[in-house]
Amino acid sequence: MNKIVFSISVCLSAAVIFSSCQQDKKLPFYGERHAETVRDASGAEKIDTVYQTIPNWSFLNQDSVVTTNTVTDGKVYVADFFFTSCTTICPTMHRNLMTVYNDFKSNPDVMFISHTIDFKYDKPSALKKYARKLGVDGPKWQFLYGSKDSVYTLAEKNYLVAVGEDSTAKDGYIHQGYLVLIDKDRRIRGAYDGTKEDQVEQLKKDIPLLLAEYKK
Amino acid sequence: MRKYIINSLSLLSILAIVISCQNQETIDLQNYMSNGKDIYIARCQNCHGKNGEGLGELAPPLTDSIFLKTNKSRLACMIRNGANESLLISGKTYKEKMPAFPELADIDVAQVMVFITNSFGNNQGFVPYKEVSVQLQSCR
Ligand code: HEC
Repeated sequence: MNKIVFSISVCLSAAVIFSSCQQDKKLPFYGERHAETVRDASGAEKIDTVYQTIPNWSFLNQDSVVTTNTVTDGKVYVADFFFTSCTTICPTMHRNLMTVYNDFKSNPDVMFISHTIDFKYDKPSALKKYARKLGVDGPKWQFLYGSKDSVYTLAEKNYLVAVGEDSTAKDGYIHQGYLVLIDKDRRIRGAYDGTKEDQVEQLKKDIPLLLAEYKK
Repeated sequence: MRKYIINSLSLLSILAIVISCQNQETIDLQNYMSNGKDIYIARCQNCHGKNGEGLGELAPPLTDSIFLKTNKSRLACMIRNGANESLLISGKTYKEKMPAFPELADIDVAQVMVFITNSFGNNQGFVPYKEVSVQLQSCR
């Protein structure tokens, strides 16, 4: 008898654990982390994990308007690094990202940010022309131009995407084709290879999950 | 009677040659299509799309059969040397830069050209590599 009660309770608790796991299915955190002592609402001290965040930035967008990180306030966004004269992975990345953009077009909580790594040629006017020809209009997808230093540091240190000039590469630059998913607290929550359709499909599934974390 | 036999035999052999030629051409076409498809996926699909649909106004579609037919003789040169001009395709004007592919050998150009001109609703048939080679020698 005891045995039966025991096995039933084991089954039940297992079921509870599994269902609770499913309930708060959270996306992982990327980058560095450290423990910090924080005070909660009641003033009690507790240890919390603090994750790497995207720092403040300021660039020119495709309309030659100074644009800062505040445009992403209260939004989750997808960031990537590209350049307009790239003939290899960028067309595929942006073909795929376009499908994400179209899926979330009417969702004001989702944004897209593409940084050019071609600081020589991709002035705002070139970005504007590119965006228009790709089929993007309006502020939901920002194409940003900045100095080599500021963009390359942001890419490698903060978004964890490798970029570089390379005179031996076909178009003069090399870079990874990641689409990086950032949450409303500026933390990295996903990195998807923008040249792979299955990973881009995963991104489309993860954005609603991330948004759901903020619906309490 | 003898004449009749000889005549019909020679007729038969001519027929056999024609048929086997056709077969050879079908085999070649199949080879070109399969190799051409690999080249297309590796080098062209990023811009021109899985179904030849193009990419916005950044790259034109490959579904305009009339354009491809009218420009048949210079497609090989466009593929090898790229393009940077105004093109009217499917009723829209495209003015962008297509990169050159100097690393593609004549046979590769022939295969990918045969692939695109016989896919995406196009049906231009076979062009042998020798013909493409000649075209490639007189690119402007
Ligand atoms: C980086 C993007 C890019 C890549 C890669 C690319 N093309 Fe193009 N292609 C273009 C653009 C842009 C044009 C239009 C050029 C112009 O306006 O002069 C074009 C035009 C063409 C045209 C004539 C116009 C049409 O749509 O029928 C053909 C044929 C063509 N490309 C075939 C190829 C083939 C074959 C490959 C692979 C070997 C290839 N392209 C790779 C961008 C690209």
